[in-house]
Amino acid sequence: MATPVYAGPFGVEQAQRLLWRAGFGPRHGEAEKLAALGLDGAVDALLHPPAFAAVGPEPSDRGLPLAPDDAYGHDHLWWLDRMVRGNQPLVERMTLIWHDWFATSNQKVGSQKLMLQQNQTMRIGALGSFRNLFLAMTEDPAMLVWLDGIRNTKRAPNENYAREMMELFSLGASNGYTEADVREQARSLTGWTASYQQGLGLTGFAFNPLQHDTGVKTVFGQAGNFDFLDSVRLCVTHPDHPAFFVTKLWSYFVPVPPDAATLNALVRIYVQDHQIQPVVRAILRHPQLYTGPRLVKPPVVYQAGLMRALQSPVDGTTWMQLAAQSGQRLFYPPDVSGWDDTRWLDTSTFRARWFIAAKALTPYRLDERVTAPRKKATDLLAAALHLFAEPSLLPTTQHALVAFADSAQQVANPHVVENALRQLIAVSPELQAA
Amino acid sequence: MSCNDCNRTDLVRRAIAEAGRGLPELEPGMPLPAGTGMSRRSFLLGASGVALSVFGGAALSPRAIEEALAAAPAAQPVLLSVFLAGGVDTLSLLFPAGDPLYTKYRPSLKLDPTGATAFAPDPRLYWHPSAASLATLFGEGKVAALPAVGYDHPDQSHFTSRHYWEVGATDPQLRTGWLGRWLDTVGSADNPLQGLSLDTTLGPSLATATMPVAALDSPTRYSFSDSRYGVFPLEVQMLEALGALASPKTLSADPGLAQAARAARQSQQIRAQLATFQQLGTKVPYPASNDPFPQRLAGLAAMLQAGLPVRVVSITAPGAYDTHAGQAQPLSTGLKLTMDSLLAFQRDLEQRGLADRVLVHVWSEFGRRAQENGSAGTDHGAAGAGFLIGTRVNGGMIGQYPGLQSGLDQQGNLVATADFRGLYAALIAQWLGGDPAKVIPGASSFQQPTLLR
Repeated sequence: MATPVYAGPFGVEQAQRLLWRAGFGPRHGEAEKLAALGLDGAVDALLHPPAFAAVGPEPSDRGLPLAPDDAYGHDHLWWLDRMVRGNQPLVERMTLIWHDWFATSNQKVGSQKLMLQQNQTMRIGALGSFRNLFLAMTEDPAMLVWLDGIRNTKRAPNENYAREMMELFSLGASNGYTEADVREQARSLTGWTASYQQGLGLTGFAFNPLQHDTGVKTVFGQAGNFDFLDSVRLCVTHPDHPAFFVTKLWSYFVPVPPDAATLNALVRIYVQDHQIQPVVRAILRHPQLYTGPRLVKPPVVYQAGLMRALQSPVDGTTWMQLAAQSGQRLFYPPDVSGWDDTRWLDTSTFRARWFIAAKALTPYRLDERVTAPRKKATDLLAAALHLFAEPSLLPTTQHALVAFADSAQQVANPHVVENALRQLIAVSPELQAA
Repeated sequence: MSCNDCNRTDLVRRAIAEAGRGLPELEPGMPLPAGTGMSRRSFLLGASGVALSVFGGAALSPRAIEEALAAAPAAQPVLLSVFLAGGVDTLSLLFPAGDPLYTKYRPSLKLDPTGATAFAPDPRLYWHPSAASLATLFGEGKVAALPAVGYDHPDQSHFTSRHYWEVGATDPQLRTGWLGRWLDTVGSADNPLQGLSLDTTLGPSLATATMPVAALDSPTRYSFSDSRYGVFPLEVQMLEALGALASPKTLSADPGLAQAARAARQSQQIRAQLATFQQLGTKVPYPASNDPFPQRLAGLAAMLQAGLPVRVVSITAPGAYDTHAGQAQPLSTGLKLTMDSLLAFQRDLEQRGLADRVLVHVWSEFGRRAQENGSAGTDHGAAGAGFLIGTRVNGGMIGQYPGLQSGLDQQGNLVATADFRGLYAALIAQWLGGDPAKVIPGASSFQQPTLLR
């Protein structure tokens, strides 16, 4: 049985939701264009974007171009800019998913260059074969530093990558492997080396057969003189891997688990050739995406989304700092399990989102020293909503905002009130979860 | 400013004086207090629009507010949960130099007992030199040490084991934290500060099903106007509007919408709670560091002195404890800053007259393997070290050090001699107050140590 396909109306509202789940929300007019393509056309347009192009002003820091490999915070800014100005939103969103999946932090790697190299590997493989991507991560220099692959030698095995490759990357915690498998996989993975050069840091990442344990290992009950290629093969061909893979991938798009029939259908798509793209396609066409509950926007998605809609320029490391405060500094996930996508919002991260909205709205700020004539509260709200390309707010939100606009105009002029309304719309629950 | 004998009354007086003229009208519909058993009134003070939350303020004159505050019931006990993330190496923190197998298992990482402080309850053990501050407090009888705390069938995944500790059960599916469930049974629907993470995000052990909780990066900077990003002349009114638009959605059947609404509503609530809070200085020097840990502890001491209704607090200690490679230096650096800060915090509480109200629990998701690996590091283990700190603590040892000869499991990891769930149950029964059975699944099946003197 194939996965169910959404059969309801596909209008602007559905196109907006698709753009929030598969990208960073719409620019003005984008949802309308996508809606005109219909569901299948819209999904295929996202899966097969044109060659990369960016619109709008180039990113900068204090007026100078970015130096993403070297300058502090420019790694975040460089990627954020691709999300904000780019025309391949799904590719960037998938890259963000892989960054969370194979979560690697520059906290330990200590090289923006290696981190961006890994980022590019994820981007190129974003919608290709998961087996190839997994293999690429296993021999990725940043990963080899992060999970001690270069310290895992024949004489002194280090279990760090061996454990996480099963627990987090391919099977799930205690799902179909034992502690003995962890130790044996560590032996299979031995042999990666690098050298330290003054001024360059770690360099020359390579497989050195002399450091590899060529003995027989037993993994998942199979014996052989396995190496890192076998390690990855054994994980992706493990009977518990497909369900883990599709369930985890689904969770990035839909906040409730797939039902059994959907899970089975997705597994059948995936096991054909371990391709990511057809699984994503099935998820993006699934009824749950359009009729199910909202998904809380990850902080970077919220940030990039507001900047994309408002055409705010990436103009300094403040954007990186605000993302960090809101709980998601790119290239610095909290640990190897990535970010906790179920707990983005609390009183601290909410406040950071408030400041992200305030900064994104700064170019539109109305001059509060100018006294404008008093306006009807509903007109003020309509004007404020227009700036955000008419997001739909629930009636309780509209009523509260109108009541605020009425009472606020008793003590402040309409420019102050309209600035405040824009801010409140940007941080409203409806704009945090889509 | 520095002011050691300021009390809540002084704070309120100053807030009123600074906020200016006249007392404000009663604001309708403001939340009731947390845990104080008293009703709360909130006021908007004068033209500055500063919101003041007063506990027990039934009357309206400043004198009456002061009197009501002065008559408030004795403040309630506070638990601070300090997490050493990554699995701290128990066998370094309390290193068994007197155990014949120690030097065999730790050829490059073994620590030298010369000059180290011996651990009185077990002559085999010594305090890590970088944990000297903790040894000092232990010597004063203010620390209970658990040299091997954990659970049966230990899981060596960081995330699974940490999750178990956070939810207070070996249940991968449980979604509320153990402190969160305690708040769900005894907390207030209108006091987010009752469960507080001093962090940029909420600690999972505080995750509740129903009661509000808060995360606070810094207690003195919780405002929504900032000259770097945007200044809002109507900040107070905007926050009220935010609370009003969010409130109806906090119970939405759509979990994402409800989560966003709760965060907005709780932000408005703690903004009001903290509006008059000013951090009072301390004479106690905290360690100088770029890490926010020492200053967060100093802020907490000041919040407690100001009478803010905080009950359970979570914080992550500085340091990198997942020491698979090159363990010695990072372990030492992290332990030193953590323990020196905790000593300063304890001294600060003592000086402010708050020491009998606060108990600190230090924990990690597991210990590390007895045998070091080939990278001058250690891999994931089982039982770990834990500590309770406070003037009320029954100083000494809980459980025993099991020893390397017979105290290792089949994988070469220390076996547990105390169960973390028994510890949690005891913390609830003996310190926080409440029924452990309502919070910790199977609470009665775990031995509960005597925690208080």
